[in-house]
Amino acid sequence: MFGYYFNLALRSLRRNVVLTALMISAIGIGIGASMTMLTVFRAASGDPIPGKSAQLFVPQIDNFGPQSKMPIETDDLLPPVVTYFDADEWMRSHPAVRQAAMYPISITITPSDPTRNPIRADARATYGDFFSMFNVPFQFGGPWSRVEDSSHAAVIVLTRELNHVLFGGANSVGKNLLVGDKTYRVIGVMDEWRPTPRFYDVDGATFSGQDQLFLPFTRAIEEQMPTVARFNCDQTGPGKGWQGLLASNCVWIRFWVELPSARDVASYQSFLHNYAAEQLQRGRFNWRARVGLRNVRQWLSYNHVVPPTVETLTSVSFALLLVCILNAIGLMLAKFMARTGVISIRRALGASRLAIFGQFMLEAAVIGLAGGLVGLGLIQLGLVSCRLVLERDLSVLARLHGSDVLIAMTLALVATLLAGLYPTWRAMQVPSALQLKTQ
Amino acid sequence: MDIGPILFSLRRNKVGAILIVLQIALTLAVLCNALFIIEQQIALSRAPTGITEESNTFFISNQWIGKTADLAARLQTDLATLRALPQVADVTVSPSRPLGGRGMGMNVTLYPGKGRGSLASVFPVDDHALNALGLKLVAGRNFRPEEVLLSHGFTDDYKSWGNVIVTRELARRLDSGRDVLGRTAWLGKIKATIIGVVDQLVPGRVAGDSTTAENSVLVPLLWADSNIFYIVRANPGQVATAMAFARDRLYSISRQRTIASELTFTEARQDFYHGARGLALLMSSICLILVGVTAFGIIGLTSYWVSQRRRQIGIRRALGATAVSILRYFQMENLLIAGAGSVLGIVLGLAMNLWMLQSIASARLPLFYLIAGTVLVLGLGQVAVLWPALRAAAVPPATAARGS
Repeated sequence: MFGYYFNLALRSLRRNVVLTALMISAIGIGIGASMTMLTVFRAASGDPIPGKSAQLFVPQIDNFGPQSKMPIETDDLLPPVVTYFDADEWMRSHPAVRQAAMYPISITITPSDPTRNPIRADARATYGDFFSMFNVPFQFGGPWSRVEDSSHAAVIVLTRELNHVLFGGANSVGKNLLVGDKTYRVIGVMDEWRPTPRFYDVDGATFSGQDQLFLPFTRAIEEQMPTVARFNCDQTGPGKGWQGLLASNCVWIRFWVELPSARDVASYQSFLHNYAAEQLQRGRFNWRARVGLRNVRQWLSYNHVVPPTVETLTSVSFALLLVCILNAIGLMLAKFMARTGVISIRRALGASRLAIFGQFMLEAAVIGLAGGLVGLGLIQLGLVSCRLVLERDLSVLARLHGSDVLIAMTLALVATLLAGLYPTWRAMQVPSALQLKTQ
Repeated sequence: MDIGPILFSLRRNKVGAILIVLQIALTLAVLCNALFIIEQQIALSRAPTGITEESNTFFISNQWIGKTADLAARLQTDLATLRALPQVADVTVSPSRPLGGRGMGMNVTLYPGKGRGSLASVFPVDDHALNALGLKLVAGRNFRPEEVLLSHGFTDDYKSWGNVIVTRELARRLDSGRDVLGRTAWLGKIKATIIGVVDQLVPGRVAGDSTTAENSVLVPLLWADSNIFYIVRANPGQVATAMAFARDRLYSISRQRTIASELTFTEARQDFYHGARGLALLMSSICLILVGVTAFGIIGLTSYWVSQRRRQIGIRRALGATAVSILRYFQMENLLIAGAGSVLGIVLGLAMNLWMLQSIASARLPLFYLIAGTVLVLGLGQVAVLWPALRAAAVPPATAARGS
């Protein structure tokens, strides 16, 4: 029966080529536009560290107090970054399984070849736990340990790309490198690692930005390397000199902790509350500071990581899909109802309403699949244009994944079947030819 | 024209009519919001920066290697060397640049302790800034060379910055339009006297916050820090040679530095607004497709109705209706459907705008866009219906006799 209906569907689609082409292109265009934007949206809102995103947390504390007029952009007005003072205290008391304070820096590397100009690189000062906490893969060597953290060691971890630029991709572990005017020893070379979005630092280029080099936080502080991210100070200002900045109430340091179990989360919560109470007691704050603890997913939505551009384009493109589906309903209605005569003869020959239902839904499915295929071609076209015209930070998101293809085909099929329901129902109402005669 | 028969026949084709009404409504809702966003994004990307000769003005991002005590002296040497180049009109130095994507935001107020003040982008510069950037001074005066203070970065813990120059827009906001020249302003907890007002200077960050789009402050600080921008205005037509010479000279003074991203402000503007233009472009393409799909939907369904009603049309023609009156019938029918769709579309469009206000739209949808959108979809309906309506008008009266 299926084969026969399939045959009927093909024959019917061939009968009015223009109408068929219109239907298939309507579905194809709708799927093409909506799935192009959905692909970008899914990439922007994806889980950057699957399997661990529920165990990694960002602690926050309200060090500006309830009277503050600071322009903090978060919904609950908690600063997304912390002061050096708090970061240092939290690192020292070490209540989580793993924890890392971090901030972005800009460094220069002077190649040993004197004919080559020094190069500039985006780098990150952090703790050794960063690598194990975020499951960073290594090509050569490995991360530094807590020993290097506490000894302010001059060691660095290179990304695969930077290692390629500097050492032609060879194992550079143990080699020395002139960073700024100090010599650092390469301790590890990372393998390809590009969490998207870059959840651990959502300021700046969240999707395309990448740190090329990592060095110990303690070392960067000792070397007085300034942050290249924004820092926010209240009326008390940044203080005088580097020591003044470290002691100030300015926020500029990101902090992450790993809390594998619900018990760890609860105990870290109480650690934060106790810490806030302690600050009040010691007179550093004259308020009971609010605290926050968010995991990766909560953190990304709290920081509105999916850009409004992408949200808007996605919703507008789905409005277009809806119009395309409405369009297909109309065209299918016209097409199915043009065959009233044939339907009534089939009914007279003994076909049940269910059989009519099967026949026409199958025809809708064929249209849907054809539309989906057209859509897939258009998605490729759409993604190419997105890469060309979208904000540069977002253009890396316009890549098709296998799951997107699957979603596109399913969406095409489901949408067309839904669109076919009403026209099919109308076809089922067509009385048999026998009844027509007696009327 | 009597619309009674049209309504009567529409009632018999309820579903088809509803389908078109919904398509028109959605098209209108998206169209008016999209047009508004497109207009806003294009206006944003064309907004003046205040820099007079964008194509002749470029910047060099310079980063010193290592910590050195004599940064101020190095800076002075660089500046003197660059200014001596025959292709160069003038040079200034700043840790931030217009349209740089990041900036130093500070709260500026004339009345400390009262209200929030205005968030402004702070540009530490020397006395050459006005000339190098080509800023138009509309009131007061420029910095004098002796007023420029030596700074070692933000952690200098200043009590006062002496004098500052503000943009016209910031001046307007500071004291609701009253004259601010000679008044004392507070930048955070730092005190300064406003000595000049420039027409315009675009801040480091613009996108996303229209309230700070025109607020900039020039502060007389020679910023002796490792990361700085030299902002250079070349003589007309010599920007490429000036760029090449500048880089060579800087390297010949010292190689203890990295030089990156030498761009003219024309290029910087394109870079900065790339996303805004892209959004406008993508929105326009979606709108075009939407309009096309809706038009074909109307053509398809109307053609179906025409073919369904060939016999009735023939009867009307046989009873004396002219071809023009048949044409008018279908045009009127479409106008009624599109009209109903527009009413629904306006409601949907306003709802969509409310939703977009939370993210991308910076204002309520102006009436103009609703009217423009409505006119567009009504026109679209008329154009789309023309072909099937003409086919209907061409049905010969004899069809009535032949049966269906």
